[in-house]
Amino acid sequence: MLGAAIIVFRESLEAALLVGIVAAAARTLPHRNRWLAGGIVAGILGSVAVAMAAGTIAEMADGMGQEMLNAIVLGLAVTMLAWHNIWMSRHAREMISDATSVVREVAEGARELSAIAIVIAMAVLREGSETVLFLFGMMSQEQSLGQVLSGGALGLAAGIGVGFGMYAGLLRVPVRWFFTVTAGLVLLLAAGMAGQMARFLIQGDIIPSLANPLWDTSAWLSASSAVGTLLHVLAGYDPRPSAMQAIFYLGTVALIAVGMYLVRSPAAASGRPATT
Amino acid sequence: MKRLILALLCLPAIALAAPPEVQLVIKDHRFQPEEVRVPAGQKIKLVIQNQDSTPEEFESHELNREKVIPGGTTANVFIGPLNPGKYPFFGEFNEKTARGVVIAE
Ligand SMILES: [Cu+2]
Repeated sequence: MLGAAIIVFRESLEAALLVGIVAAAARTLPHRNRWLAGGIVAGILGSVAVAMAAGTIAEMADGMGQEMLNAIVLGLAVTMLAWHNIWMSRHAREMISDATSVVREVAEGARELSAIAIVIAMAVLREGSETVLFLFGMMSQEQSLGQVLSGGALGLAAGIGVGFGMYAGLLRVPVRWFFTVTAGLVLLLAAGMAGQMARFLIQGDIIPSLANPLWDTSAWLSASSAVGTLLHVLAGYDPRPSAMQAIFYLGTVALIAVGMYLVRSPAAASGRPATT
Repeated sequence: MKRLILALLCLPAIALAAPPEVQLVIKDHRFQPEEVRVPAGQKIKLVIQNQDSTPEEFESHELNREKVIPGGTTANVFIGPLNPGKYPFFGEFNEKTARGVVIAE
């Protein structure tokens, strides 16, 4: 039972933290909860489908189907996070400084929210399909259904708790800093996911690793420690990255940062901070 | 310097040759063999056959790899090129019993 709890917690942690950050980043958008819930439900349904098709997916693409699927899911999530950040950098200030503009932006905001739903669905899909597969596996072993389910529920509750903690913590950030903080977090999340995407493409021998590892900080901060895990989830920390992973990571940071700079709202562009 | 040039000249040859394959079997939530020796400095293809009916996740922080292997299927995981050293791996779904190590030399 404890085994199920720990694994489900570990798998749900990443998705829960991401949902927490994205929910906070989208807090000014109308009908946010409906889209968040839609993304979660779609992700869970997709997880069950992927878990059932796991054998077939694994054998696709010459045994590299799983790597391809992971890379595609991560790539789509990175694209949507990038778009969210760039869109937000244009509208965030107007939205907090001028309530009426929120109404004006609803049409555009709905499009933005569908991007957010996709990000959430992708995160739930990736972590969820592994979890479902693992729980199926445990049930077919000697473990009783009740034990596995209660363990899984415990782990899931802990994961969701951490996600809520992240969300509540972010809401306490002063409004003046709020969009900067959430934009920074989303930027790091997206870069970390791009790095992971590179790792799957390397694992499947689709792209070269180049220098491997580029550096090794595992003696300082191991990936399995609590802080290492948190940094891995939040900022894509990897104690032994290959050069290709670093290129994907830094490339994503640069692309999103340039995108955000180019579409800045006029108030920000003039260097005069909007009244908050 | 001469050695470096020589090494660079050898690189394309290494890249073109198919990576050596290493076979691993998962049975009763254990890896067999639990210790695999591979040459350092080149890419290796791990071919992991899961003979159990339950899925397993091959995972290694040291090798920077993770892959779910459904019950009764075979998966490939490319690793390396590795520096000489020990690289532990484990089955995330059965961490107590499924453990092993890749030794690059
Ligand atoms: Cu994960």
